[in-house]
Amino acid sequence: MNEDIFQGYKGAALETLKKYNVRVWGTAHIQTKRGPFDGTVLPRSENDDDQHIVLKIVTGYNIGIDIRTILEMEETGYKKANYKIPEKEFPYTPNLPKVKLIGTGGTIASRLDYRTGAVIPAFSPGELYGAVPELADICNLTTEKIFAVFSENMGPKQYMTLAKAIGKEIENGVEGIVIGHGTDTLHHTGAALTFMVQNSPVPIVLVGSQRSSDRPSSDAALNLMHATYAAGHGDIAEVMVCMFGPTSDEYGLLHKGTRVRKMHSSYRSTFRTIGDTPLAMVSRKGITHIKQEYNHRRKDRNVKIMPYFSDKVTMLYYYPAMKPDIIDSMVEMGYKGIVIVGTGLGHVNKELYPAIERAQAKGVCMYMTLQTIWGYVHMFVYDTGRDMMAKGIIPAGNMLPEVAFIKLGWALGQTDDPEEVKRIMLTPINDDITEREPYNGYLVYQGGIPEVEEFIKKVHK
Amino acid sequence: MKNNFDPKKNYRETKEKIGYVSRKDATQNDYDRIGFMSGLEVHQQLLTGKKLFCHCPAGLYHKNNDYDAEVIRHMRPTLSELGEYDGTALMEFKTKKEIVYRVKHATTCTYEVDDTPPFRVNREALDIAIEISLLSKLNVVGEVHITRKQYLDGSIPTGFQRTAIIGVEGVLELPYKKIRLIQLSLEEDSCREISDIGHVRTYKTDRLGMPLIETVTYPDCKNPKEVKDTCDYIRFLNRSTGKVRTGIGAGREDVNVSCRGGSRVEIKGVAHTAWIPNLTHNECFRQWALLAIREQLKKRIADTKSWKPTHENLKFLAFNFTHEPLIQADKAGYSIVAVNLPDFKGMLSHFTQPGKMFANEFSERLKVIACLELPNMTHSEEIKPSIKSDDFEKIKKLLNAGENDAQLVFWGPQDDMKTALDTIEERCRMAFDGVPNETRKSFENGTTIFERVLPGADRMYPDTDSAPIPLEDELIEELSKTLPDDIITRYQKLKEWDVPEDTYLYIFSKNLFPLIEKTVNDLELNPKFIATFFGHTLKRIKGLYTTPQDFRYNVIYHLFKFLKQENLCFDLARLMLPIVLEHPKMEFESILTTLNFKPVKKQEIFSKISFLKEKFDKIRISDKRQDSIDWMMGQLRPSAVGNVDLRELVKEIEKVV
Ligand SMILES: [Zn+2]
Repeated sequence: MNEDIFQGYKGAALETLKKYNVRVWGTAHIQTKRGPFDGTVLPRSENDDDQHIVLKIVTGYNIGIDIRTILEMEETGYKKANYKIPEKEFPYTPNLPKVKLIGTGGTIASRLDYRTGAVIPAFSPGELYGAVPELADICNLTTEKIFAVFSENMGPKQYMTLAKAIGKEIENGVEGIVIGHGTDTLHHTGAALTFMVQNSPVPIVLVGSQRSSDRPSSDAALNLMHATYAAGHGDIAEVMVCMFGPTSDEYGLLHKGTRVRKMHSSYRSTFRTIGDTPLAMVSRKGITHIKQEYNHRRKDRNVKIMPYFSDKVTMLYYYPAMKPDIIDSMVEMGYKGIVIVGTGLGHVNKELYPAIERAQAKGVCMYMTLQTIWGYVHMFVYDTGRDMMAKGIIPAGNMLPEVAFIKLGWALGQTDDPEEVKRIMLTPINDDITEREPYNGYLVYQGGIPEVEEFIKKVHK
Repeated sequence: MKNNFDPKKNYRETKEKIGYVSRKDATQNDYDRIGFMSGLEVHQQLLTGKKLFCHCPAGLYHKNNDYDAEVIRHMRPTLSELGEYDGTALMEFKTKKEIVYRVKHATTCTYEVDDTPPFRVNREALDIAIEISLLSKLNVVGEVHITRKQYLDGSIPTGFQRTAIIGVEGVLELPYKKIRLIQLSLEEDSCREISDIGHVRTYKTDRLGMPLIETVTYPDCKNPKEVKDTCDYIRFLNRSTGKVRTGIGAGREDVNVSCRGGSRVEIKGVAHTAWIPNLTHNECFRQWALLAIREQLKKRIADTKSWKPTHENLKFLAFNFTHEPLIQADKAGYSIVAVNLPDFKGMLSHFTQPGKMFANEFSERLKVIACLELPNMTHSEEIKPSIKSDDFEKIKKLLNAGENDAQLVFWGPQDDMKTALDTIEERCRMAFDGVPNETRKSFENGTTIFERVLPGADRMYPDTDSAPIPLEDELIEELSKTLPDDIITRYQKLKEWDVPEDTYLYIFSKNLFPLIEKTVNDLELNPKFIATFFGHTLKRIKGLYTTPQDFRYNVIYHLFKFLKQENLCFDLARLMLPIVLEHPKMEFESILTTLNFKPVKKQEIFSKISFLKEKFDKIRISDKRQDSIDWMMGQLRPSAVGNVDLRELVKEIEKVV
């Protein structure tokens, strides 16, 4: 009970509130050494110190009172805030596609938590409609929250639950699926779902937001509109990530779940297709295809759900002068698969060779990917590469490191046979390895160069 | 009589009826009669090298077309912490503006365009804000909480301003009364608007994010002069720290005004304090006029709830329109719509502000809310009608209008018509209530136009990107040690020194008092002479010359010090000042050479008096004593200046004449 009326307060600050009998949401008059203060006591973030009490003053601002300066304090009233987004039932419009929004948590669906002072994943379907009414012009939306975790807490268990839920929805006849997801590991989930949900007859669109929906300039609303449009009206029946193209509110890009990566910690346009072009551009007006070859939408319901994953897989980001004991200890801990993220064309130092040999002898599957992110592993170019291949390290082509990690876990979830694992790993499911890298698949321009500056002055990036 | 409605006469009569007087003629009785009440929000940029929440340079500005890239955003309303949508937020959302930001690499990083979370608050700015809070006798908070204050007009790309309260409940002492202060906050400055046309509003981000403080007063001012004085004193106080920016745009104020029975209206971004008296005077009377309109409507319309305007689309070809904007509207393919406002006759031409009538309130809102560019309408009570009377009769017939109704005709893109009609109805309904809460934009002539709906306290959010910052007692004690004197103390000192009052404004606004005090104390000079030198002589002469960028007033102290050391007369300062202002680095010796000054002993000058007396007696142009004194002074002045106090010289001459 105490917890409820002193939300978030602890230690000395909690003692002070108790001493003067003032509750959270109580209006208080406080005499301090610095003069009097009046306001409503707000919950305090659990991570903040125990020396201050938070007040919302009459002008709407929050301030903190140092408890060491408090001389006298009195509760003069009580006014609990009712934080609620107007919840409205999502209207049904005939002739619009049926789209299912699956909630997993993250900033696409979030609001403020006064206990932690942070954004928490909680946003009911009705609230969603209350906040983004335009969705009703795009589709008939139903929603389901299958779990509420932060992006960084998504893992194999959630991938498998999600894959099964998607399978069920497709069987039930939904015409498109949108998955609301935190952005940090959006691309991991994109890869996992590509492998676990195969031959989908409908689009499966992962979407998040880089600015939480409690901000006026949030990208959440537009991302949701783009995602529901792609899911309901689009012809691309693949697992995709839908996020801002440029940082401006203009259009979104649809990226393949296996070729996409988060490339900036905070930009809106953080997701980029690596080593290829995105699938398409999407705005509220329609979809503009970029790649002409893709899996088309179908009427059947013949989806194949493959919810497998072994958590005995790990990643090793190589650094110069790495010692072999790292690999030894991974093997000792029982890991069955290691994705190495090597330098240049796919290299590690000679010192590791004995450890690699020992690992291979134990049947550990090792795959080489690249720190350069772009490009192919080329282990034939130098002797060292050939040495490593001889010792059992398999080049993973231009598979992105995170994708290789997910795929190896998925493969080892199906079999322990290294040969079968190799077959699975090297057989592309959906461009996880591509045969060709188009010339415009690598574009990282540098600011300051006159033609680049001219370009960004005219074209929103 | 019925058909002879004369809008011009109506305008004049309504103006008289509400008892409008010009500011020149207004007395405290007039302001008491309408219940004048006003308070201020004074914004002041702080003098820091960098911005408040990122490491971009502060104080660098660009021309409108000087930019490297553009970013586009739209703003959506969100819920406040207390679970309410804010009124302005909803209005801004209705307008559906596309916001374009022009970004220049030199002054903008990914923080300003909201692609990076804030860095830690600029400590230098925070310390200045605490110092000014202490000077303002505010209760300094124990912990600073960064709050998000929503602005959906796009003036900040995030859609909110990061702002934090530093102190609450203070007091400002004017020479004749005390003004209570509500709070002082530290905040980031907003973008500068480049244009706002149709559905596109363009800003530049150079000023965005610069540290700013806002001092908010209670509505304690009872007449326009008090508002200006309060504003001046807040500015003086800010400048007395020497840690704030000066120059165009560095200080801006929002003025809140209401009349008795009116509403709080905020006049935004007043650029000069000199504008304040006229603006507040007119706003108060505008509200008084709106209340008069309400009373009349109340009498005419029993049930305002069921009151409803009607409208009809007009076919351009069905009329003989010659009004140029209507012709242009037709060319552009715009819709032309006529609206009938039942029982509003005489209201449209009702006086509101000098040169403005109630009809303007519709036009202004159509521009802002429905994005209809001006001119966007005409009406049945124009002093110079834009639509001929037979055409207007046709329109009235079409609308089925009654004798007591008034009509608006407006035009614009078809897509905006619904918002426009809603806007018109909404403004009419507001007339039944009296004065709408709104922010208004000010003009030099003292009038204002509608800018936005006034936002409430519901637009505040805690900033989840920033941790609270504790302010320990030790820090506050440390900052208290170096505080300048209160302005009121300085004011009293100047009075004590018998310094003419018309110098104070200049002395305080340029923060010259500390220098005057130093000059007086260090050099043991006459305070009245020195203060008057700064407040009169310097002010006058500085206006005539351009000083270099790095000019500092301190050089004047050194000028007096030099004169004292060289045992020269202080009158020389006046002669040397123009050169000092233009070339502050030039040596004082060289300045004297430039002025052809030669040191001559006082006795040597006095000794020439008797000779000159004899000479004057010989030429004897006049018999008047004063003429002889003047003539002799004229002869002696060139060599006397700087060598002898001229008043002393006159006395010396008078002895012999
Ligand atoms: Zn910056």
